[in-house]
Amino acid sequence: MGPIMKFQVVVLAGGMSKKLFPLVSKDVPKALLPVGNRPVLSYVLELLEANNLKDLIVVVAGEDAAVRVGGWITEAYDGRLHVEVAAVSEDIGTADALRAVLHRLVVDDVLVVSGDIVSDVPLGAIAAAHRRKRAVLTAMLCSSPSASTAEAISSTGKDKAKKPSPIDIVGLDTSHQHLLFLASGTQVDKDVKIRRSLIRVVDQMEIHMDLMDAHLYAFNRAILQEVLELCQGIKSIKQDLVPYLVRSQSKFGAIASGDTQTEAVGKTPNKDDSGQPQTPMQDIVPLPQHILPGVLHPASLELTCCVYIASEGKYCSRVNSIQTYGDINRDQVAGELVFLTGYTVSNQNNVIHPTAEIGSKTTVGPQCMVGDGSKLGDKCSVKKSIVGRHCRIGSNVKIINSVVMNHVTVEDGCLIQGSVICSNVHLQERANLKDCQVGAGYIITANSEHKAEALSKREKS
Amino acid sequence: MAQKKGSKQEVADDEIHVPLQAILMADSFAQKFRPITLERPKVLLPLVNVPMIDYTLEWLASAGVEEVFVFCCAHAKQVTTYLDRSNWRSQPNFAITIIESHDCLSIGDALRFIDQRNVVRGDFVLVSGDVVSNMPLTEVLRQHKERRKKDKLSVMTMVVKRSKLSPITHQSRLGNNELVLVIDPASKQLLYYDAGFEPANKDSSQRQIVKHVILDKSIVADRSAVQLCTDLQDCHIDICSPEVLMLFTDNFDYQRLRRDFVKGLLSDEVMGNKVYTYEIYRDYAARVDNLRAYDTISKDIIHRWTYPLVPDIQFGGNRGASKLDRCNVYKGPGIVISRTAKIGENTVLGEGTVIGENSVIVNSVIGRGCIIGNNAIVENSYVWNNVTIGDDARMKESVVCDGVVVKSGAVMEPGVVLSFKVVIGSDFTVPAYSKISLVAQPTEEGSSDEELECADTTSDAGESPPGSLPVELSTPNGASSEILMDSVAARQWDSSEVGNQGAGFKWIIKEGSQTEEWRHSVAPFPKELLEDILKRQIHYDNEDAIDSGAISGAESTPSTGLNDDDDVDDLDQDEQENDSSFFEREVEETFRRAVSETSGVQQDHVVLEVNALKLAYNLSFSDCAGAMFRAFLNLALEEPHTSSASGELLSNTTLVITKWAPLLKRFLKSEDDEVEVLLKFEEVCVEASKEFARLFVLILQLLYDKDLISEDAILSWAFEKKGADESDKVFVKQCEKFIQWLQEASEEEDQEEET
Repeated sequence: MGPIMKFQVVVLAGGMSKKLFPLVSKDVPKALLPVGNRPVLSYVLELLEANNLKDLIVVVAGEDAAVRVGGWITEAYDGRLHVEVAAVSEDIGTADALRAVLHRLVVDDVLVVSGDIVSDVPLGAIAAAHRRKRAVLTAMLCSSPSASTAEAISSTGKDKAKKPSPIDIVGLDTSHQHLLFLASGTQVDKDVKIRRSLIRVVDQMEIHMDLMDAHLYAFNRAILQEVLELCQGIKSIKQDLVPYLVRSQSKFGAIASGDTQTEAVGKTPNKDDSGQPQTPMQDIVPLPQHILPGVLHPASLELTCCVYIASEGKYCSRVNSIQTYGDINRDQVAGELVFLTGYTVSNQNNVIHPTAEIGSKTTVGPQCMVGDGSKLGDKCSVKKSIVGRHCRIGSNVKIINSVVMNHVTVEDGCLIQGSVICSNVHLQERANLKDCQVGAGYIITANSEHKAEALSKREKS
Repeated sequence: MAQKKGSKQEVADDEIHVPLQAILMADSFAQKFRPITLERPKVLLPLVNVPMIDYTLEWLASAGVEEVFVFCCAHAKQVTTYLDRSNWRSQPNFAITIIESHDCLSIGDALRFIDQRNVVRGDFVLVSGDVVSNMPLTEVLRQHKERRKKDKLSVMTMVVKRSKLSPITHQSRLGNNELVLVIDPASKQLLYYDAGFEPANKDSSQRQIVKHVILDKSIVADRSAVQLCTDLQDCHIDICSPEVLMLFTDNFDYQRLRRDFVKGLLSDEVMGNKVYTYEIYRDYAARVDNLRAYDTISKDIIHRWTYPLVPDIQFGGNRGASKLDRCNVYKGPGIVISRTAKIGENTVLGEGTVIGENSVIVNSVIGRGCIIGNNAIVENSYVWNNVTIGDDARMKESVVCDGVVVKSGAVMEPGVVLSFKVVIGSDFTVPAYSKISLVAQPTEEGSSDEELECADTTSDAGESPPGSLPVELSTPNGASSEILMDSVAARQWDSSEVGNQGAGFKWIIKEGSQTEEWRHSVAPFPKELLEDILKRQIHYDNEDAIDSGAISGAESTPSTGLNDDDDVDDLDQDEQENDSSFFEREVEETFRRAVSETSGVQQDHVVLEVNALKLAYNLSFSDCAGAMFRAFLNLALEEPHTSSASGELLSNTTLVITKWAPLLKRFLKSEDDEVEVLLKFEEVCVEASKEFARLFVLILQLLYDKDLISEDAILSWAFEKKGADESDKVFVKQCEKFIQWLQEASEEEDQEEET
């Protein structure tokens, strides 16, 4: 703690993600969405705590959500972490959210983490790499889910026609340390355009399609503040800020490389002083140079963007869609990554809370979780699923590949497959759900059948 | 038993010995060594006193190639004669077959020609006769064959070598342009090849505009990673499958190996043929593509990077009689060096050369039988055989061919090339980058790149087998060359080009290819030029950064500007606008020509030309009509008129419209076109010449009277404008009465029809 890791952490916890509808609601903001029976935010917070990063600002979109998240954090982490919760208005970009807490940042480097990461990557290593390179930006990359979960999907044998999740296009130098190019995968359908001068600087550039931006960045505070204040146009960290920094870097890199350094440095400022019409762009671009000598190592006038690539065995993924929510719950957290949750695993390779009651002839398969106080009736079958706290589940119920949150009532003879059931849902007798998402408090009538639907109560607005 | 035999047979079939074949191109189909190559083929030019082809052949022989097909076209006779006289023909396990053709214009033609001959039986090495290498072929062949076993479509393996570009000129040490390769790091498959072929303008400032490498999505789509390299040098050594020849035959438009064939394969996804790369690290491979490469490779040979292809080891035409002294000085037998002469480092002195007192030779290659006078200085230069350099002559970074005479006191500035038997008069200074030859510069240089090394009969007069042959040494200049000397002696040489009693034509460097000359010259870049480039580069980089830093503070919408898309869109728009204004200008010019043409009205011609323009700019008839009408108005505007009295302008306009109405009529094919004319008219009134604004109704009426604009068009124009802004309706309002009248008239008509 303290002097060694002088990092401030900004956790962007989001608010009501539209992508996760109907799972999130006013009562359950994204940050508190249960993953493996714990709020998703807890994974990040615990990861930070484990890495001795205890000075946090949690940015939540929406006042109500902020109150809820704040309440939960004080309850759960009181005394363990120093957390400030900041509320920003909804529907603003990530960079705007960051801008809103800019004035609270005081130490040299800032770690910006998305609140929906479930990971076991050593954050300390990222911070150290950032420091070592004196980088302006260090982005964490992990191997793209399209490679790792592709197997998982095919093994479950469904959703084969599912569109591959968007990947990132990442340009690195051959040492895999410098970030040279970053474009989000949604743009793959267009041609990839890369500046020649950029490649020239490094001679060889590798374009990776198998890496994914994990939305975990370390920034140099001074430059972050300057850039965000000057370029109000930057809305999103991933879409605008990071590419902007990456591009600026190449400018300086290009000049500072080779034996032209001294001359180049001498000449660029001249151009600025030459009284050219001041477009906003010119206002911005040369700026880092003036502040560079102050904040960076004086010998190197380079603005470097670095990457930290998570090593093979490490896990990192984001809960940013219903698909990933289901995947993370089922395949990872309850399965191979159960250690992240801190629960003890039984001999059957599942986690059943001691206070849970299981009826006779009921089987709970491997990679399952049953939360505390839940009751399962007789002759039930739970496979690759998570059952939350205080659920009441009748007899002859089958729960397969699903997530059932807290306080859910499931009556006899229900069949739940590949679905997500939010808190306080009531499934009446012999309801049959397949690939559905059921919003909080919904009541599913007896004998009804639903397939691939998103069901939710109409929000009173 | 029988079965056993059969299986044995199969094994034998598999292992049947296919001799390793190579195709050696003894014609580069390029002109970079002109004017030298007008008189002798490039492969026979001496590289450190040994013809280039000997390096290539020696390498092929040592690398285990058993059969070489030497293809020659330009100067085929010289190549054949040379090979016949050499001892290549008598090597065991090394067969040389000469394939001669006279009408091949490109390597594509050559390969098609060879394909017809049906001589290639298996994988072969395709190499140009100017490649110097010492790489073993075993590994690359093994890899190629292995890939072929798995995938028949992997037709070619290219050898590449790492070579850092100059940070300023973006040029490799071999003088090549920046080469961008995209390679799949796992399979080494080549995905993209961009050598900056044929920049539109050869000026380097233009070249740099190619700022981006654009990767097709198919390249990135299902690969986990690709590698973009700028530091790889194409060695021009290719391992090819026989399919390569077939592909050339199938695609008869393929001319060049790299530009057409490789690019063709890479962009063709249907056939799916693949090209792979093989990187060499410790071995040497380079192609003498231009004079800078000639310089670099010569130095490499002297520095023994190409071992065993070095001057003191015997190979091919090199008898290996040179002795290596300290500081990379190679001395051939029978040389005479004055005691006071200074032989500097990295120098090769050919057999029988005589060097006078106090002369200095540094970093140079001197051929056989040269005579260098007293107090001469030769620096970084290449002096071929039987050259005479007079007293006090100075020479720096120059190439001097066989039989040249440099008289005393002459000075060669950097980058000079003196072709065969040129004579430079005494005390004459040859300016930098001059090229002088006894052969006059061909006047028409039309499609210069597609031309041959050129084998026109006139220049073949100087054809004498290269002097590197030992036989040639005793009689350096055959009778034929004397005839040449006789014939040229009659001519009057321009003494301002070659000095007093000199001989030779100065070749004029083409406009715009100056930079190309610098890039490809033996001489290093002039310092001022480097500074200039550097300055420009900083400018570019700044622009670059500004361009690409697409986010501005003032921008309200979040910029996605990841790929500089905004930029591109802007550009497109600009282009479109430019296009249409260009179009209008051209239409107007066409029209003006018709106006000024006194000899009758050539309306048909105008129509034809405008139609052509329409097609060229991909526009419609309405655009033509609009542009034409604008041209009318401009013409009317040019006639003298006082700004106050609009009557004059009106009468001018009336005149023009009356006279040219039929022309405009040709473009008014439909109501829409007429509406377009009206809209254009409005535009002119608002933007360009406000004088017309007052006359709008009157001119409209005129157009109506002349049957140019129908009433339907006017009405639909008025109707269209109904919903427009107030400011847009100015003219409609002006014409209100007229329109009303029209409406009434039409109603009446309708009524009449009804009754």
